[in-house]
Amino acid sequence: MKRISFKLNFVLTTLFVIGTGFFLLWVSNSFGGYWPRIITLMGIYGIMAVSYTLVNGVTGIFSLGHAGFIAIGAYTAALLTLPIQQKAMSFFIEPLIWPLNSIQMGFLPATIIGGLVAAFAAFLVGYPSLRVTGDYFAIATFGFAEIIRIVIQNSYNITNGSLGLKSIPPYTTIWWAWGWLLVTVIVIGSLKFSSYGRALRAMSEDTVAARAMGIDVFKHQLISFVVSGFFAGIGGALYAHWLTTIDPRPTSLGIMLTFFVLIMIVIGGLGSISGAVLGAIFFAFFAQWLRIVESPMNFFGINIPGIPGMSMLIFAIIFILIMLFRRKGIMGKDELSWQYIYNYFSKKAGDQD
Amino acid sequence: MIKIKGKDAAKKEVLKLENLTIRFGGLTAVDSFNGYLNKGELIGLIGPNGAGKTTIFNMITGIYKPTFGTITFNGINITGIKPQITTHLGIARTFQNIRLFSEMSVLENVMTAEHSWLQNYKAKKILHAHNPSEFPKPHWKPWFWSAVLKTPDYLKVERKMKSYAHDLLKEVGLDKYAHLKASALPYGPQRKLEIARALATKPSLLLLDEPAAGMNGQETQELLEFIENIREKFSLTILLIEHDMKFVMKICERIYVLDYGKIIAHGVPKEIQSDKKVIEAYLGDESYV
Repeated sequence: MKRISFKLNFVLTTLFVIGTGFFLLWVSNSFGGYWPRIITLMGIYGIMAVSYTLVNGVTGIFSLGHAGFIAIGAYTAALLTLPIQQKAMSFFIEPLIWPLNSIQMGFLPATIIGGLVAAFAAFLVGYPSLRVTGDYFAIATFGFAEIIRIVIQNSYNITNGSLGLKSIPPYTTIWWAWGWLLVTVIVIGSLKFSSYGRALRAMSEDTVAARAMGIDVFKHQLISFVVSGFFAGIGGALYAHWLTTIDPRPTSLGIMLTFFVLIMIVIGGLGSISGAVLGAIFFAFFAQWLRIVESPMNFFGINIPGIPGMSMLIFAIIFILIMLFRRKGIMGKDELSWQYIYNYFSKKAGDQD
Repeated sequence: MIKIKGKDAAKKEVLKLENLTIRFGGLTAVDSFNGYLNKGELIGLIGPNGAGKTTIFNMITGIYKPTFGTITFNGINITGIKPQITTHLGIARTFQNIRLFSEMSVLENVMTAEHSWLQNYKAKKILHAHNPSEFPKPHWKPWFWSAVLKTPDYLKVERKMKSYAHDLLKEVGLDKYAHLKASALPYGPQRKLEIARALATKPSLLLLDEPAAGMNGQETQELLEFIENIREKFSLTILLIEHDMKFVMKICERIYVLDYGKIIAHGVPKEIQSDKKVIEAYLGDESYV
């Protein structure tokens, strides 16, 4: 089997990134407001999915707390970019506490601070939760994510409680979302294909053997969890400035979001970064496309009223079908690399001989 | 510290186990085990199933903490030290049931073990505290950031890891499988790969847990030569658990026999073969026949 050289790989990848850039430029210029918004959402979902697959796929620990870190990133960044007058207007039950009510900063620093705060939260959650393994870890992180949500819901002088934050400036453009996605993919990809990444993948297969090979399992799991939390926070910050209103309902920044991201990474293939991006694109596209089934329609003369939640039902069916017939998702554990494409087609050509 | 030279150097104690005892609830799995390994020796640890052999391995590598007793490795008390640190200090092991990273390639399996090169700060600190003149003070390096940012420093180590892993695979005769998934290998080569992976942590003491289990006569013979070979090349001290008596008698210099957690015999293979207690433990008491 031929191996593609590093140079060729690099050139092709650079060309691919530039090509994607031109595609995005074309989309944002020649379509109306609808499609560019969906493609921006694809980028945001991509960031969330790639950061989630680092923990659930590469490291092999089943966390259900992702939405908690997304929420923290979203709230932190939104509180930092909201105009001061807007804050004074929104917080009418209890005024916003001191440092936050007099700061307003740019989008980039706000996003990064959102990521850092989320990473710190991930450290605080991960340190105790990583003492347990398997399903217990999933329950522990789920509980912590719910605690985060309820704290947000009840601290009126910081987050405006259940009223949520409104009129967040719509800063998130296609370029912010896909730019951050590129950064996320590069950083997490670089991590996955380093000595640390090998250690993480080894731990996901056999922690006992990994420990015997000199890997500090707890430390590495914590590192992976914190890095994942950072990018979840970034994703959350972008999401807040895309939605422009955020509130702590379970259906917006709660467990539902965790499950959406989980669906993305399972569709894409657990542990595959390119799979996570593909899964996110797939999910964002279908979630919009399936809105058709929620609107009232005429089906062979039968009048069906719009049923809210119908698209989720169809998603569940798709999900079950994937679990039954293609458990490894689109990519499995592999990456969509040039080598992968080359092997795929050379195998196809070989079959015809 | 006075350095021992010449003939005495060969008799340097690598591992010393004193009064090693572990209790799980009411069960005493290992009862005051005393033993030693000199540098370069190949020692066997045998006994019927459930005698506590693997438990001793688990205590040496730090997976279990002994209830009491001490483990001394190269003069350092390592009782109760975490498994990753004992590995960094130079104790590597294989497992009874092969535990490879089966989804990863053969090369990656070996390179995973080499990750310990970046992680051995704590172990180096222990060595420095033990003997400052021989082991220089270690410097902590932010390897994680170097690895993510791919600094030249890190890339140099990565290249070194790759070439060392290739060398190791060539040594054990697996270089042609380097890019294959570990689970795709046949049984014999999987055993060899597990040993190669253990060697990648650069150990001075190797613990082999039933290396010949499930092998036929010819494979066992090959393994015997293989173990002799790596012992010479990597100047290892080896402690092995084995059920195949022929294998043990051929290869081991001394043997400890364990039954119900207690040493029942200790000596050169010939002595063990004719020891009454050993025969009793393996075949049962004659008086009942």
